[in-house]
Amino acid sequence: MAPSVWLPLLVLGLPFVAFVLLAVVAPLRRVGPRAGLVSIGAIALAFGAAVTVWTEGFVSETTWAWIPADGGPIATVGLLVDPLSNAMLVLVTLVSLLVQIYSLAYLGDERPASLGRYYTYQSLFAFSMLGLVLAPGFLQMFVFWELVGLCSYLLIGYWYERPAAARAAVKAFWITKLGDVGFIIGIVLLWSATGTFEFTDLFEKAQEHALAIPGLPTIMFLIYLGAVGKSAQFPLHVWLPDAMEGPTPVSALIHAATMVTAGVFMVTRTEPLFALVPEVLTLIAWVGAFTALLAATMACVETDIKRVLAYSTISQLGYMMAAAGAGAAFAGFLHLLTHGLFKALLFLAAGAVIHAVGTNDIFRMGGLFRAMPQTGIVFVVGTLALAGVPPLAGFYSKEAVLGGVWEAHLTGPFLMLALTVLLTAFYMFRVVFIAFFGRAHAAADPHEAPWLMRGPLWVLAALTVLVGVRMALGGAEGHEETPAWLAPLSVGLALVGFALAWAMYQRRAIDPARIAAALAPIDYLARRRYGLDALYAGLYRGFILGFSRLVGWIDRYLVDGVLNVLTALTLRGGDALRRIQSGRAQDYVYGVAFGLLLLIVGAQLWR
Amino acid sequence: MTRQVLSLVPELSIITWSPFVGALLIMFTARHRPRAVRWIAAVTTGISAALSVWIYAAYDQDTAGFQFYEKVPLVPPLGISYELGADGISLLMVLLTSIIIVAGVFASWTVTVRSQEFYALLLALVTGVYGVFVSLDLFVLFLFYELAVLPMYLLIGIWGSTGEVRPRGIFAWAFRETGVGTKEYAAMKLTLYLLFGSAFILVGILSLYVNAGAASFSFLDFEATAFPRTLQRWVFFAFYVGFGILAGIWPLHTWSPDGHASAPTAVSMLHAGVLMKLGAYGVVRVGMGLLPEGAADLAWLVGTVACINIVYGALSSMAQTDLKYVIAYSSVSHMGIVMLGAATLTGAGLNGSVFQMFAHGVMTGLFFALVGLVYEKTHSREIGKMGGFGRTMPGIATAFTIGGLSSLGLPATAGFVAELLTFLGAWRSAHRWWLFPAVAGTFLTAVYVLRVAKQIFWGPPSSHFHDLQDARGPEWVALVVLVFVLVLFGMVPGLAIAPVDTATIPLLARIVSP
Repeated sequence: MAPSVWLPLLVLGLPFVAFVLLAVVAPLRRVGPRAGLVSIGAIALAFGAAVTVWTEGFVSETTWAWIPADGGPIATVGLLVDPLSNAMLVLVTLVSLLVQIYSLAYLGDERPASLGRYYTYQSLFAFSMLGLVLAPGFLQMFVFWELVGLCSYLLIGYWYERPAAARAAVKAFWITKLGDVGFIIGIVLLWSATGTFEFTDLFEKAQEHALAIPGLPTIMFLIYLGAVGKSAQFPLHVWLPDAMEGPTPVSALIHAATMVTAGVFMVTRTEPLFALVPEVLTLIAWVGAFTALLAATMACVETDIKRVLAYSTISQLGYMMAAAGAGAAFAGFLHLLTHGLFKALLFLAAGAVIHAVGTNDIFRMGGLFRAMPQTGIVFVVGTLALAGVPPLAGFYSKEAVLGGVWEAHLTGPFLMLALTVLLTAFYMFRVVFIAFFGRAHAAADPHEAPWLMRGPLWVLAALTVLVGVRMALGGAEGHEETPAWLAPLSVGLALVGFALAWAMYQRRAIDPARIAAALAPIDYLARRRYGLDALYAGLYRGFILGFSRLVGWIDRYLVDGVLNVLTALTLRGGDALRRIQSGRAQDYVYGVAFGLLLLIVGAQLWR
Repeated sequence: MTRQVLSLVPELSIITWSPFVGALLIMFTARHRPRAVRWIAAVTTGISAALSVWIYAAYDQDTAGFQFYEKVPLVPPLGISYELGADGISLLMVLLTSIIIVAGVFASWTVTVRSQEFYALLLALVTGVYGVFVSLDLFVLFLFYELAVLPMYLLIGIWGSTGEVRPRGIFAWAFRETGVGTKEYAAMKLTLYLLFGSAFILVGILSLYVNAGAASFSFLDFEATAFPRTLQRWVFFAFYVGFGILAGIWPLHTWSPDGHASAPTAVSMLHAGVLMKLGAYGVVRVGMGLLPEGAADLAWLVGTVACINIVYGALSSMAQTDLKYVIAYSSVSHMGIVMLGAATLTGAGLNGSVFQMFAHGVMTGLFFALVGLVYEKTHSREIGKMGGFGRTMPGIATAFTIGGLSSLGLPATAGFVAELLTFLGAWRSAHRWWLFPAVAGTFLTAVYVLRVAKQIFWGPPSSHFHDLQDARGPEWVALVVLVFVLVLFGMVPGLAIAPVDTATIPLLARIVSP
């Protein structure tokens, strides 16, 4: 086997082996930290292999039969190794590795058995995401897609005894599953029309214009629905903020490298197919841009530091999707990679803060920069990157996204995304000023996190800067095409956002309450998450549960009722007929005589 | 049809009769010796299980057709003979039966009341199940079928448990008079319902027998006969109703929730896990196999009812507050997938159907084993009272979650492959819209399964229960075996699909081009 096959296979296999080991060998799992080392060791090796695969620029495709059928297998499994998957492999293994190391300290107080469970899930999560990235066809992608969803469910519900965590985990599964309903129908339809799940076959057909099947827009739209659920696009984004009930490192993983990136990755991977359906692409762009803006407004009024970051993820996912919709999938993917770095950084830094102060509420923090300067610095680095300030990584990828959307003449989405740039800078610096500067709270005595947690933070911060500098020097592809006025505009917007946050929360020159009053309707709606959560809750309780109760009632009391009526009538009938057997000879003689009479009369009439 | 080669060793007979011998041994030698009873049961079913794994591996997929053939004339003047043989479909069903009964024997390890009678009946029943799956003579098949159904009455009536159903609605008076909810009611309902179905089957078999010249009851001879289309249509209908009752087709399914909920653990496992498959197997093997044109004409009915089953069963399951009823209704929903796959009359769909029989059998066996364990520890089936059991019984929680994931069709479990194939078949069938209720069913399944799992195992520990324990000793056997099979066949579906495919291709060829 060539190294371009077995090395990616090794990347995929190592976390799987770790998972099986931890899942099956209970004694190993129950000594928590040691289980962690097994998982970390596996992912570290996988990271090394992934870096090799990436730097060597391996390209290969291998498939094995999975579901046999007469005349060739219906479904295959395999590996599709190309620049796209290679870059993803590095990101996924890197973030997983750092998150797992970080968790060792962050979850150090957990019971050993729980910690073992945590690392079992982590290994499975890494394996699932890597399998998704390497998928050579829709079916394998769906298989790992669902496994990724499962791992999110398990990890969000890691503290399963907390009702909120249990609810959030189930909600995440249901909402993403709703999108997956579309995804699986789309795959089935596509298979029926083309007879294959394989990307390369489909792309070839797309190139030869042999994919002119009726209903292709519908099929691609259905497939896109899967990405709507996973990548938290409006209106299925509601699960992501609630997913904050999981441990913070899990949030970092879900938001940066796994789960939510799956949808964007899928759209990027199957870009040649989406390119055939411009109307769906336009829809994707509009939904993406709208999601970006909507989530940004919600982030502006949120007081929970993790939830702010969650909304910012939704918002940035909107950027990525908008880029894909504008036909600039590469720009979106670039943003996915850079965002993975600084979002992991922000979440892990937020975790360090939460670890230190014991609350998620930014208004109960304050002055943390003095108490935890290292965390403060890396958080600001992440914030600058997210706000799109050069020369950090986020700036260039965001430029590419905005440029792509502009080039595609999608003015509406462009304006929404531009406004979101301002809001992004605003809500991120709002957090920075409130939590890290401002007045310190006397009660809390925050301290810097242990080095196991600080290490990953510095690695991510360094990468955020380095990747940005590298892009500034090298000039990222897709960047050159953007119009010259774009960079000043976006930096200018970000500066306005920064200035606004500074004026409102640092200088306190502007009273936030007055701004809120001026924008009362938006403020009102954003605080209530635009009523979407309530809507889903209502649909769930009223429609699904209500309908199920109705059906349950009908089944028990009508369908089964008819049967019971028949039974009861039979019983009554038997009971009634039983009385004829009175045991008195006279009755029987009467009976015989009466019967005879009937027969004679009947015989006469019949004739 | 190639001549069948007689098997040198009667593997199928040994598999079939080994549990029966066990039942006799238990009744005559092991009276009042509970340990011996259990070991006899474990060993005799173990022999069957080992042999069924062996024949599964030894089956020659290139030759295909019925292998391990045995034939002994019983009543030559009437053409009745003891004729056994197994093809890819029967092999998988035999394997399923073996897995479930071995798990069931271990799951019943703690039965204390009259355990020798319990085990004897259980083993006799299993002989009936094996017999149906391997019989090639329809008369003998019918005998085995009855043998599989009748012990249920005693097993549920004596060892069952009673639930509570409040009489309500316009038919409340009938509920009061019939005693709905009691185990006696459930046992009687189940038996009568299934016997009602048997009547249809018997009429169907006899009509085929007479029409084919009244010379033989052999499946192979019937297969070689071309029956007139009108006859095919109504005989298929008779088989569909007769076997379909056992497969839980709507609206003739109501015996199953009551029966499964009242039955003791191993009986629920066997009944939902294997006996419902007898029904589906009957429809596929006897109905579609012998009456291809009838099947083609009535596929619309089978598939449409199956769609109702899927959605209706899932919604009903969601409405239940009794854990056993939840699982029982989920069977109604999942058997819909089985029937839908068959009704698509496509290769993918039919493979999916047979695979779902297997997947659902293992999955529901696991569920009932788990529910039995939970009941044994808590003495409650009320979901509303439970909560936070994950801390005290992590093993049970894990197994339940894996079963649930298979139930909602999560990849890497057997349920996914079965459902996927059925979906693929549905869209390629003559009735494309079947795909949508089928997929909707998987979403509804996700809703009720995770809801129940969350309620029972997650959240703060319930105050109603104290000193709960995880599974222990022999109880683990059932869980580990079933979870292993579920994941193994989910990851390597070829294990099952390859042999099944050899049987479904000729079956379909007859239907599509009669």
